[in-house]
Amino acid sequence: MATKRVAICAVAQHKNEPDLWYRRFQNMLLDVLEDLQGQTGFKYGEGGVEMIVSTSDDFFDARTISNNGVTDVIGGQYLAEEKMAQEGLNAIGYANAIILSGHKDLVLIMGHCKESQGESRNMITNCGFDPFYGRATGLDYLNAAGLQARAYMKKSGLTDDQMAEIVVRSRQWAAKNPYANAQEAIPAGKVKSSPMLCDPIRQLHAYPVSDGAVGLLLASEERAKEFTDKPVWITGFANCMDTFFFGDRDLTSNFALKNATEKACRKAGIQDLKKAADVVEVMDCYAYQQPMWMEGLGFCGDGEGARFIAEGGPGKHRVNLSGGTLAGNPLIIAGLYRAAEATLQLQGGAGDRQVPDAKCAVAHSTNGPAGQFHSVLILEA
Amino acid sequence: MKKHIKNRNVAIIGIGQTTLSSHKEDQNQVEMVSEAVRNALADANMTLDDIDCIVHGNMELFEMQFQPDMWHALGCGSYGKDEYRITTGGTVGATLVCASDSLVASGQYDTVLCLGFEKLQEGNTTGGITNMADPLWFRNLQTGALTSTTATEMIKEFGKERVLRAAMKYRIMIDKHAMLNERAHRRLGLEYDQLETLMETSPQLVGELRLIHMCSQSDGACAMILTNEDRVKKGTAKPPVWIRDHETSHRGENMSNLYGAKKPKSTHRDCAEKLFKRNGIENPLEYFDVFEMYDPSAYWGLDWLREFLLLKDDEVLNLMEAGEFDMDGKLPVNPSGGVIASNPIGATAMLRPAEAALQIRGDAGGHQIKKEVRHALASGFGGTLWTVMLMLEKELNW
Repeated sequence: MATKRVAICAVAQHKNEPDLWYRRFQNMLLDVLEDLQGQTGFKYGEGGVEMIVSTSDDFFDARTISNNGVTDVIGGQYLAEEKMAQEGLNAIGYANAIILSGHKDLVLIMGHCKESQGESRNMITNCGFDPFYGRATGLDYLNAAGLQARAYMKKSGLTDDQMAEIVVRSRQWAAKNPYANAQEAIPAGKVKSSPMLCDPIRQLHAYPVSDGAVGLLLASEERAKEFTDKPVWITGFANCMDTFFFGDRDLTSNFALKNATEKACRKAGIQDLKKAADVVEVMDCYAYQQPMWMEGLGFCGDGEGARFIAEGGPGKHRVNLSGGTLAGNPLIIAGLYRAAEATLQLQGGAGDRQVPDAKCAVAHSTNGPAGQFHSVLILEA
Repeated sequence: MKKHIKNRNVAIIGIGQTTLSSHKEDQNQVEMVSEAVRNALADANMTLDDIDCIVHGNMELFEMQFQPDMWHALGCGSYGKDEYRITTGGTVGATLVCASDSLVASGQYDTVLCLGFEKLQEGNTTGGITNMADPLWFRNLQTGALTSTTATEMIKEFGKERVLRAAMKYRIMIDKHAMLNERAHRRLGLEYDQLETLMETSPQLVGELRLIHMCSQSDGACAMILTNEDRVKKGTAKPPVWIRDHETSHRGENMSNLYGAKKPKSTHRDCAEKLFKRNGIENPLEYFDVFEMYDPSAYWGLDWLREFLLLKDDEVLNLMEAGEFDMDGKLPVNPSGGVIASNPIGATAMLRPAEAALQIRGDAGGHQIKKEVRHALASGFGGTLWTVMLMLEKELNW
């Protein structure tokens, strides 16, 4: 039977690590799965979980049909298992739809990625460009971000000092997050003197290479109470695609993110996300992206991201208390980590990072070169 | 009628295919995808403004294109819209239709366009499939999708002569169907009197699997538009085809499944049992009017028919020998020519429900079944024996 709303019952995270060379991703997923089963006691098969949405990537795993390598570990034997082949936050949007449709009443989401297995993230993301123009000119997601960062600094007045400040703050919060990768405190000077990767992006402005895995259990309203007494409700999810060639878009317009935010807020019945949200988790792969995505989410006006940083916006709006993606999550599941942190905050389980009485949280993710695609998830306690 | 209740009912109202060929060199990926999308929109008499969401899928490592939906935004019309990219291997096309069904039924989106494609010419298909295997345990044993295990097992069960003849008859039947479908890739003009010659002369690939038995490598794309019952009531350009239900059953490549002494249950039978039980179908052979099956080789086609249709003993061979899977048989199988004729992998499993829906609409052209088609079955296959099944209906009577 169709349900009216869908709950995230539980989340489990594998600690992000720079290079888990001694662990296969199957082992990492098994840890996450056992954690989830410990929390909820869910079973597989008729009356239990019959549908699994996994998240992984063929390139990062160097395997065609990468979910084939994890089907048995995540319990997919003789059950439905499908792969969200884009950033994992979309798996939550899709699972929400599966449950609302009445097709299944429980969905297990299991995402993994080991960035350390690849020779270079840039080599992989270079293949994200068309083979005729983009790939031949050596574009990858890093130098695409470099172009966007330069354009955004010009538009908003964001400075090298402010980008350093964003990284320093990320590390301070990451130190309180047991799942974060880069937890070491660093002074602003070290950020500013770190090697230039792709002007204006320095090494410490970029998210570190990370291995990780995340799991979530979603249930219909009727069944959620079997698994948790602290359900977190999915009230809005939307995403949006921008066009592909950089010459066809304004790299600083936030077109896709604004559009996705508006659609998600409409579904959640939220007029002003800035007032409604107690916690915000944005996928900031590079330091400049945090203020830029906050603009797109409507927390400050167009081109006012630098002022947002200067006026302490991230602290005021509780942005990325997990440390954010800057503290290290794999590209493919960075949004799943955002959603996991947002869920913990709404369940009161965020430890030293807990925001008192958090009722509404936003989790964001982006996909593709220079923010071509954005997803926005709104959660409420 | 026993039924599976959805939040709201969903119908297929637009179908678009490209021509299917070994070398679509006149188009790049974006242009090919665009051809399918434009054909689907024209079929539904709609524009991109009517579409709320795009669902995209294929296998990244076949073309070596990372996150191809980004580049394909130019060809599939996802600009400014919601978009999902969902994949499950060879089953992906069918999975995209199931996913679109859920997205529309949920009420999150009113009208969804799903798109499956592959341009196998641009990559190494067997190399790509071999990369599916675990690098530590299985990759050095992999032969891509080429295997004669099924042939060997069937021969052990029914005897060599009977199985080889039935498989070759299946192959010739499929080619006869493909000859009627002008979009099909391989149309060879085979005749039943060539059966014995082909059994001897077609080059052996692995064991009893010969070149003629195996599916093609094709370039092509397929797009479908799905919408909700309220939108259908406002009128559609072509008759709506209702998605009654769908089910998926996957199986991992673990040691016991691959090398265990006991043959594990097939996902085809597992999936069919679940789907038919939920929908009160006791005799699928009687109930369905057409079956568009993902048949990567003649042996698999033959073997899987008995699993999907829950047949016993040698029933499948009897039916095959009696011509009951022909265009005018009891249950026509793959009037389109199926996968053996055309196989753009990411689109292949979507072509199955697409062709089944065309049969229900009476729109299949040269390969239209003569008798009325009211109930259609479609299946997808991928990875290590993963199965997706869809039930399509002419009338919404539940």
